[in-house]
Amino acid sequence: MNGKKSRTRFALLCVFPATILFFIFMIYPTFQVFKMSLYKWGGYSPKKTFVGLNNFKILMEDMKFVKSFQDTILAIVVVTIVTLTLAIIFAAILSREKIKGQNFFRIIFYIPNILSIVVIAGIFSAIYNPKQGLLNSILSLFNGGGQPILWLGDKHLVNYAIIGALIWQAIGYYMVMYMASMANIPDSFYEAADLDGAGKFKQFFAVTLPLVWNNIRTTLTFFIISTINLSFLLVQTMTSGGPNGASEVVLSYMYKQAYSNSSYGYAMAIGVIVFTFSFVLSAIVSFVTKRDILEY
Amino acid sequence: MKQSGTKLYKVFIYLVLCLLAISIIIPVGWVFLASIKENSEFYRSPWAMPAGIYFQNFVDAWNRASMGAYVLNSIVVTAMALSLLLVTALPASYVLARFDFPGKRLLRQLFKGGLFINVNYIVVPIFLMFVDAQKFLTSAHIEFMPMLLNNRFMLAVVYASTALPFTIHLLSSYFITLPSTFEEAAAIDGAGYFTTMLKIMIPMAKPSIITVILFNFLSFWNEYIISFTFMTKQELRTLPVGLMNLMAAQNAAQQYGQLYAGMVMVMLPTLILYIFVQKQLTEGMTAGGSKE
Repeated sequence: MNGKKSRTRFALLCVFPATILFFIFMIYPTFQVFKMSLYKWGGYSPKKTFVGLNNFKILMEDMKFVKSFQDTILAIVVVTIVTLTLAIIFAAILSREKIKGQNFFRIIFYIPNILSIVVIAGIFSAIYNPKQGLLNSILSLFNGGGQPILWLGDKHLVNYAIIGALIWQAIGYYMVMYMASMANIPDSFYEAADLDGAGKFKQFFAVTLPLVWNNIRTTLTFFIISTINLSFLLVQTMTSGGPNGASEVVLSYMYKQAYSNSSYGYAMAIGVIVFTFSFVLSAIVSFVTKRDILEY
Repeated sequence: MKQSGTKLYKVFIYLVLCLLAISIIIPVGWVFLASIKENSEFYRSPWAMPAGIYFQNFVDAWNRASMGAYVLNSIVVTAMALSLLLVTALPASYVLARFDFPGKRLLRQLFKGGLFINVNYIVVPIFLMFVDAQKFLTSAHIEFMPMLLNNRFMLAVVYASTALPFTIHLLSSYFITLPSTFEEAAAIDGAGYFTTMLKIMIPMAKPSIITVILFNFLSFWNEYIISFTFMTKQELRTLPVGLMNLMAAQNAAQQYGQLYAGMVMVMLPTLILYIFVQKQLTEGMTAGGSKE
């Protein structure tokens, strides 16, 4: 028996199906995104014109695109800061304090993360409903039947309404993640800090935060990518970009260009920009937050 | 003084924790309550408790809004995608973790890179690829012409393919940790590579296989954008896309009961699953989610 040869043959046979699927449905389409961004192309018609970087030039002057890009950045910044802060505080409380029903809280907080984005859209449409919605019902208790607030119909509010849903959805997920890395910190660290007379806040900043820093760094990349994706899905399902384009984010604008406007080349140029942006931003964030990893 | 300070702190903590818990329980629980309300109840006050159990909403959603057909589509697509994923990802992860063969390092890097590919952009080229292939098949008059769009199997193939990088990453990191003595013993007993993989190594990887199934079940069941793009025929839509249509239609017609019954149909399977496996799910997440 030629052991080595048959071993190799077996291995190749095993990776073959997965590799084929991966190339056809992931690698090839990714190349297509980049290639198509250089063409003026309607998609269905065979007429494809190579225009080089022209799509990108037009994009820079497309105010609707610029606005959607700004809104995406706003969502990334707000979602990251609020979710990160809340998730890490809740995680620290649940892993450091003796809380009754700790498990109950952990289980409940994670629930939004297992819901379909369409269900989340349904829930928040009901909460934000101007006449009968939960939010306005609560507010009317205080201001006694003033004008109802149009959460999704006001061009200044709609972005924050969507950001609210994103944060609600994400807190539990990141909280569980930080709890797992906090569970690895040995108790002796806190005992030592206690003996040194450090209070709870001091312990949080001197022990907990530095030791989960590396985990926070990784999640920052998740925040960027998942906010780009989820804000798109929520806009698609909740507002379709309205009112009057006010809630458009980059990917929903890309979809409009591709499917409603049949400008596939232009749409893919947006795809390339978003890809590059998220990649560069992740790299910058990871560089800026670099610290020496603390061993324990 | 210090005593009352810590007490106040404790009260504050519970208050905040409860507030967040309530912000999740009320909307989710409310969907369940709303799904058993009669439509007239929504006009009085949408947030009041239901007067009785009005099960007709579910019957109507199931039959008239064809949620029944969507449920079936979702079950079929999710089951096919999960099977396809396991059949392709398990052998690949196993040999990528434990065998040496030409091109292995490159392949591993590629699959790892695949973690960064954003499904939301590549849906567009895959859609166009299907349109082109369909045109070609039609023009070549191939007998038994398979439809590529509006085909539940093809949707499952795309689901499985896009889940490969994450799944292979997670399974391989588990296979690497298994001791090699089992493989050696199997070889001495005369078992071939295939038998060893199927009968010994794959059963040993059961914990990570369960994690993989859980995560992918949730993402396939809840998936919206790929299905929305590829299933243009009403009767072939999956549950989330069907629900989306129902939401648009019922909001316009001010028929809320069916809408919430539809939401319950999407949520319930994932919630039941979550109740049973929440520990594995949250532990599995940290095992596969963030390392390196």
